[in-house]
Amino acid sequence: MNASFPILSALVLLPILGAILITVISNKHLEYVKLIAMIFSVGVGGMSIWLLASFQSDDSGFQFVSQHDWVTSWGISWHLGVDGVSLFLVVLTGILFPLVILGIDPHHDHKRYLAWLLLLEAGVMGSFLSLDLFLFFIFFEIVLVPMYFLIGGWGYDKRVYAATKFFLYTMLGSAFMLVGIIATAVLARRDIGYLTFDLVTLTEQASFATNTGRWLFVSFAIAFAVKVPIFPLHTWLPDAHTQAPTGGSVILAGVLLKMGTYGFLRFGLYLFPEAAVWAKPVLLTLAVIGIIYGAIAATMQTDLKRLVAYSSVAHLGFIVLGIFAITSQSLTGSVMQMVNHGISTGALFLLVGMIYERRHTREIAELRGIQSVAPIFSAAFMIVMLSSIGVPGLNGFAGEFLILIGSFQSARWWTIVAATGVILAALYLLWAYQRVFHGEPDEANSTFAELTLREGALLAVFIGIIGFTGIYPKPMLERIEPSIDKLMEHVVSHSDYKAPTTPEVKTPETTKVEGH
Amino acid sequence: MLELVWLIPALPLAGFLLILLFGRILGEPGAGILATLMTASSFLVVVGVYFDLLSRTAEERHHVVTLFSWLPVGSLQVDMALLADPLSITMALFVTGIGSLIHLYSIGYMHGDPKFSKFFLYLNLFVFSMLMLVLGENLLVTFLGWEGVGACSYFLISFWHTRDSAATAGKKAFVTNRVGDWGMMVAMFLAFSAVGTLSYAGINAAAEGGKLAAVTATGIAMMLFVGACGKSAQLPLYIWLPDAMEGPTPVSALIHAATMVTSGVFLLTRMAPVLHASYPWAGDVIATVGALTALFAATIAVAQTDIKKVLAYSTVSQLGFMFLAIGSGAYVAAIFHMVTHAFFKALLFLGSGSVIHGMHHEQDMRKMGALRKLMPITGFTFIIGWLAIAGIPPFAGFWSKDEVLLYAFANNRLLWLIGVITALLTAYYMTRQVIMVFFGEARWNDHAEENGAHGDHTPHESPWTMVTPLVILAGLSIVGGAMQLPFSKSTHFLEHWLEPVIHHSEVSISGTWAYSNKWLLLALAILIAVSGVVAAIAVYAKGKFKIIEPKILADAWRYDSAVSAIVGGPGRAAFGGVATFDAKVVDGAVNGIGSEVRAASGLLRKMQSGLVRSYAFVIGLGAVVLLAWFLLRGIL
Repeated sequence: MNASFPILSALVLLPILGAILITVISNKHLEYVKLIAMIFSVGVGGMSIWLLASFQSDDSGFQFVSQHDWVTSWGISWHLGVDGVSLFLVVLTGILFPLVILGIDPHHDHKRYLAWLLLLEAGVMGSFLSLDLFLFFIFFEIVLVPMYFLIGGWGYDKRVYAATKFFLYTMLGSAFMLVGIIATAVLARRDIGYLTFDLVTLTEQASFATNTGRWLFVSFAIAFAVKVPIFPLHTWLPDAHTQAPTGGSVILAGVLLKMGTYGFLRFGLYLFPEAAVWAKPVLLTLAVIGIIYGAIAATMQTDLKRLVAYSSVAHLGFIVLGIFAITSQSLTGSVMQMVNHGISTGALFLLVGMIYERRHTREIAELRGIQSVAPIFSAAFMIVMLSSIGVPGLNGFAGEFLILIGSFQSARWWTIVAATGVILAALYLLWAYQRVFHGEPDEANSTFAELTLREGALLAVFIGIIGFTGIYPKPMLERIEPSIDKLMEHVVSHSDYKAPTTPEVKTPETTKVEGH
Repeated sequence: MLELVWLIPALPLAGFLLILLFGRILGEPGAGILATLMTASSFLVVVGVYFDLLSRTAEERHHVVTLFSWLPVGSLQVDMALLADPLSITMALFVTGIGSLIHLYSIGYMHGDPKFSKFFLYLNLFVFSMLMLVLGENLLVTFLGWEGVGACSYFLISFWHTRDSAATAGKKAFVTNRVGDWGMMVAMFLAFSAVGTLSYAGINAAAEGGKLAAVTATGIAMMLFVGACGKSAQLPLYIWLPDAMEGPTPVSALIHAATMVTSGVFLLTRMAPVLHASYPWAGDVIATVGALTALFAATIAVAQTDIKKVLAYSTVSQLGFMFLAIGSGAYVAAIFHMVTHAFFKALLFLGSGSVIHGMHHEQDMRKMGALRKLMPITGFTFIIGWLAIAGIPPFAGFWSKDEVLLYAFANNRLLWLIGVITALLTAYYMTRQVIMVFFGEARWNDHAEENGAHGDHTPHESPWTMVTPLVILAGLSIVGGAMQLPFSKSTHFLEHWLEPVIHHSEVSISGTWAYSNKWLLLALAILIAVSGVVAAIAVYAKGKFKIIEPKILADAWRYDSAVSAIVGGPGRAAFGGVATFDAKVVDGAVNGIGSEVRAASGLLRKMQSGLVRSYAFVIGLGAVVLLAWFLLRGIL
């Protein structure tokens, strides 16, 4: 692939092409359907890894930019680009989809299921890559459709209620954003001279009156807050997660929620820095409430999948904390944690799905003593759980620690409270683990099947990433940080925010001795 | 040799990985032998590094090996780096040394367990984590080890996880420790914002150079102490340690007596300059908590009937002594007592394990007695451990405990008095234990049948793999005191060795009344220890006095049960309240608004899913039309 190959456009459009191909193939050729889904998802995954490999880590700006006029009369353009903020989210999307497609079979109707999944992938990719507000909105909305049908069509007993709730809730949030987007473009016209939805142009050339900027920010923030979700707008999430099919849950936790936190970075801090700094105390407070509240609610869940869903509320709280603490470490940690949470919680949903496949229940009270019967399965669950708890050496810690140590510099008391979330995380997960895996297995659980080769291979990918990122996060951090530093500068120069500084370190004299 | 410091943790890590991959093939005893060899090789490397350090001048005994850059973001630069200096190597010596012995012992103890290789998998992972903890060049590498040993402790306490009590104890240990971990994390945040680094050298240099404000230093020290209270089982967080006895006995010896629980003492010693730069009351807090914990746990130990529970509360109590020393500014005494305690407490735990093994898994001391004849080596070595912990000269514990009390006297006479009473109780309850287990009449015959024992239920001596470590540890418990003898400055070997690490922070007591009259205090200490022993003999062997074991002490002052009652009662109810609030109020509002809107717009019947479905189709269709339009315009 050479430099002129429009790789970002391909990342967005190939899954759509795959979805269309699947739709036109007859239901009789199921193997072709699977083959096409595999080729397209693996192909997109491969391209995302190629993107990672050829990403210039020292370049803080947008790379692989693809920009074309689209609806010129409205100032809408096809503008895609990737930087350190979006890079790993794109890669995560590229990796998760083929894993879900290869690793989990739907119970019926492969054809439509796979078509929806590929369309979903296109929407997510488009959301992370769009540098045009209108284009972003289209992708942000497209995502709702396949997700709605995936939950409603392949979910569990209360799937219709959950899908409807998910759809209406996020739709309502987006309505605010649509108004915000149009207002932004229209109001910015005075400064720029023409109508445009281009993010970079708007950011660089538009200047809003303080109050206007704040109102516009709020309209975006509502949409993102629903998507993250931020307390108290979170109640769609436990229902959607619990009722979605396993693949849907993995994608929902893995990448869909990150569209909200990513949105805060890209269309909050970047587009409305002054307003974002203004809203900082409110969002920090909501984030900390989410961390504690989500963890407490998770502790008391009786449904294992619902427990994991509530843990997401807590984990996403950490990410929001890091974003609105606005320090180099906290922002970098947040971007990293978006990926880490996708891996860890994605894997937890996979494991819970495997439990459901075997036992046809997610009720914690129905499960018992699985470690005696399926030790490898239990070990896999344990590793993923420890990553979610934030044990150092695994990925979850690296992100969470960066968020906390960074946030402490600018939001000391919020951070001290937020850090108690690590105690609660241990509580709800270990308690659940004890009830499900420890103890003497009763009759129903004594035939719990060990991991199959395919399940093992699938989990090995997740656990490999968990281990590598935890021990050696540097390659990831050095690709994220330049863009974060640039964003920090942008915020500082466009608001009265003073970035906290730490003292210069004078390396004390250490006696270096040569070995024998 | 110094360049090979990385090998010290790498060898047990390699053992862990090998057993992870080939554990089933290695089986018994292969996995155990491999794990033992790895830890022993690590010990040999530590010895090499020790002699290398010894051959250098005091200023040169500090060597950093940076493996790679771990968490580099902006001004935060954390390396995966190891530090070899007198403190870390002292810790590494007894971690790997005692660790090897306990590995060897476990080959015998875990014989026949279906999860034999898994036990050694965790054990090697533990040794690796513990070594990262002590060898870390900065707080974060130490924290990696700190959490690692916590996780291993969790795995090993709940090793027999089909037993509910074991599973609960493991969870309790992890969660309680996490409370401490919160403190340690906040300490790291404070240190980073004040100094801009997490490396010990950087933070300590700032503290010694007066660049750390007293208020910040106090904050860091107190938060580290919160962490230490968790890991080292001090009031009010000690409650997990007695329960941790649910784990196999070698685990109690290694993790919950000799090594992991001393992490807090190590950490505060490592950060001694920060403590030194704090307000004076910070030291007082630490010394007071230590002294109170020491006394509190000792009173409980007096009335326990489970052979391991006595030792568990004794460990909590002895750790209290170490914090009493730290708070008094006596870091050398703290480390000294830590090392001797590691010898004799590992010995006592392994001895109790041998008894439990020989008694066919009986842990109740009331069903023991007269075992010294049937288990001569175990009995003999256990008696040496008893003399050491009771503070009888010339055994190791006498010297180190005396050193702690000497500094406590110079610092605060009330705390010294608490320490002395604790020493008396220690001699008393340990004598009680020795009499109940090894002397008196054999009470195990009465219970053999009700325990369902058939055939040969006579207690027996343990195999050589278990007895050898006992003999070696007994030897160390005899001579261990020689590393720091009070006779003259030149016999303060440990103090000279540790000087480069703590010389700025160690309190000087020369010239105080205590120092001038140290022989008097020493004589008093002997008197106290002997009184404790004599009193227990009078009560338990001779029957001259009535046994006093109040229920409240047997119930550990009901502190633990009160905590459990609060957590399980109001705590759980509050959590449940939040969950209900979420379902009924937060989500209820959403659903309420939803149905209001539906009712108001008269769409109630059509609404449920039909409209959303068509709406979804419209959006989907719209998207397709938009994209088609885009494709037609030929922009790719």
